Amino acid sequence: MPMTISEKILAAHCGRQEVKPGDLVLADVDIALGNDITAPIAIREFKEAGGKKVWDKDKVVLVPDHFTPNKDIASAEQAKILRDFSEEQGISHYYEVGKMGIEHALLPEQGVVSPGDLIIGADSHTCTYGALGAFSTGVGSTDLAGAMLTGQVWFRVPESMLFTLKGRLSRWVSGKDLILMIIGDIGVSGARYRSMEFRGETIDSLSMEARLALCNMAIEAGAKNGIIVPDGITAAYVQGRMERPAVNFESDVDAVYMKEKEYDISALEPQVAAPHLPENSKAVSAYKDVKIDQVVIGSCTNGRLEDMEEAHSILKGRKVAKGVRLVVIPATQDVFQEMAVRGLMNDLVESGAAVSTPTCGPCLGGHMGVLAEGERALATTNRNFVGRMGHPKSEVYLSNPAVAAASAVTGIISHPDEVVGKKTVAGR
Amino acid sequence: MSYKGKCWKFGDNINTDEIIPARYLNTSDPDELAAHVMEDADAEFVKKMTAGDIIVAGPNFGCGSSREHAPIAIKAVGISCVVAESFARIFYRNAFNIGLPIFESPEAVAAIKQGDEIEVDEKKGVITVTGDGEYRATEYPEFMRQLIAAGGLMSYLKKR
Repeated sequence: MPMTISEKILAAHCGRQEVKPGDLVLADVDIALGNDITAPIAIREFKEAGGKKVWDKDKVVLVPDHFTPNKDIASAEQAKILRDFSEEQGISHYYEVGKMGIEHALLPEQGVVSPGDLIIGADSHTCTYGALGAFSTGVGSTDLAGAMLTGQVWFRVPESMLFTLKGRLSRWVSGKDLILMIIGDIGVSGARYRSMEFRGETIDSLSMEARLALCNMAIEAGAKNGIIVPDGITAAYVQGRMERPAVNFESDVDAVYMKEKEYDISALEPQVAAPHLPENSKAVSAYKDVKIDQVVIGSCTNGRLEDMEEAHSILKGRKVAKGVRLVVIPATQDVFQEMAVRGLMNDLVESGAAVSTPTCGPCLGGHMGVLAEGERALATTNRNFVGRMGHPKSEVYLSNPAVAAASAVTGIISHPDEVVGKKTVAGR
Repeated sequence: MSYKGKCWKFGDNINTDEIIPARYLNTSDPDELAAHVMEDADAEFVKKMTAGDIIVAGPNFGCGSSREHAPIAIKAVGISCVVAESFARIFYRNAFNIGLPIFESPEAVAAIKQGDEIEVDEKKGVITVTGDGEYRATEYPEFMRQLIAAGGLMSYLKKR
C-alpha cells in the first residue's frame, strides 16, 4: 500500500509494514520533550504512577524555557522541579539557563532531533521538527509522563493534506508568510487532526530556518504535524550536528491525501495576522495606520539567526520610533553569541532595541514584555489569542521579522520597502 | 455514568489561553488553576458557575497550547463534562488522559441555549436537552473507551 512520509514514520515506530489513517497505534518514540510549564505535571504523574527510572535518560529532553530566567518565586519552584529531576535521573539533555534556548529552536540546532524520528513534546509547537523530515507532535503532560515511563505513546494515524507551493518568494517574504497565508486560507481548524505535508519548488529552495518556521505553525491550523520530505538542504543542515543517524523517508508517488492544495506564491506579500486568531492574515499593505506600542522579534517561530539577520538588515542605522518598545529575543545561546560576534547586537542596541537572553517570555504573556490594557503589539510569535501577551484587552498582530523590524522604525504596521532606503525615521 | 447540569455556552475556537491564561501557569496546583478557569473568555465565570455545571462550546474547543492545565482547571473547578461541536486534538487527548469527560455533538450544541439544563448519558452517548430533545454524541474509538474505563492514561498504563 502506498504511504505518505508521516504514515511511513509511524509504521516504522510501531513495528508494522504499513499503517493507514484512522489506525490507533502504540509507537516507540525517539525523543520525549518537556518544559518548565508542562514537565512539572508530567514528573508528578510519573512519580505517582510509581516511576523510578525514566525509560531512557538520553531520550527524555527537559528545557526550562518559558518563564526562565525565573520570573517569580512560583516559576522558580517549577524550574527547580526540572533541575532536581534531571539530576536524579541523569537526564543528558537538560539545558540550564546559560545553555538553554527556546526548545524548538534549540533541539534542531543542537542535533537532538533527526530526520525519520518520532518525537513527542509536551508543547504544542513540537510540530516544528517536521521541517527535518521527522514526525513530531505536541501532546500534554500525561502523555509525556507515559512516555517517560514506557517510551511509548498512542497515536491515531492522521489523514494527510498536501500543500504544494510554486513560485519564487519576493524580497521580505519568508516561511512565516507561507504558513500565515495557508492558515488564512484553511482556517485555524482547517487541518484539525491532520498531517500537513509541504512540497513544491518554493519549498525546494526554502532555507531550513524558514522551513522550521513554516512547520512550527502547523498547529495553528489544528494539525497534528507538519512535515517536509528531507532533501539536500536537510542533509546540509543536519550534517555535523546530529547525535543519531538520519533515516530519510519520502512519500510514495501514489500516496493518498485527503485534500490537496496548490498555491502560486510569486506575488505573495508579507502577511500580517490581526487579532485574535492566526487565520486573520492579510497582506501587510492592507493595514493602514495601525499604531503599535511594542514589537517583539523572537520565539520558537522566528528567533533564529536568519530571522535576526533579516531584522538587523532593516534596523541597522535606523532608530526605533518614539513611543515604541522593541524587544529582541534570540532563541538560543548560540544565536545570541553569533549576534554578538557578528556585531548585530551592537547595531540593534544602537537602534534602541532591548535585547534579551533566550526565553519564550512575552510570546505567552509570561515576562520580558507583557502588555498593558489597550496596548497593541506586533510580534514574530505564533499566536494572537485574547490576552496572549498580557492584558485581556491588549492586542497582538503576527508578522515575519522584516515587517516587525520595519514597523518598529515607523511605529505603525509597515512594509519593509517603506523603510529601506530612508536612513532615519522618527529618531528619538 | 451520567452528568446533569446547567449549561454555560461559549463560542468557536475557545483556546487554552482563554481557558487558563499563561499568567497563571507558574503553578500546576489544580485548585489554584481552578480559581481562574475560563477567565479570559468570561471574567466572572468562576463566580457564576456551580459544581456539576456543563461547558458547551462551538468547534475546535481547546485549540492552541498543549497545556494540560486547561482540562485540569475545568475538572478541578467542578465542571462535570464538556460538550462541543469538536475539540482540538491535544485538548482531546489531554481530557481523556486525565479523565475529564468530553462529548462531541454539533446537533446538541446547536440546540442548547445558555442556561439550559441537560443530561449526558456517557454510556449511551445521548445528550438530553430538557424541554427539547435527545441528541447523539460521536462514539469514541474502543481504545478511548478503555482509557475512560481505567480512569485515565496513567492508571491504564499501571493496569497493563
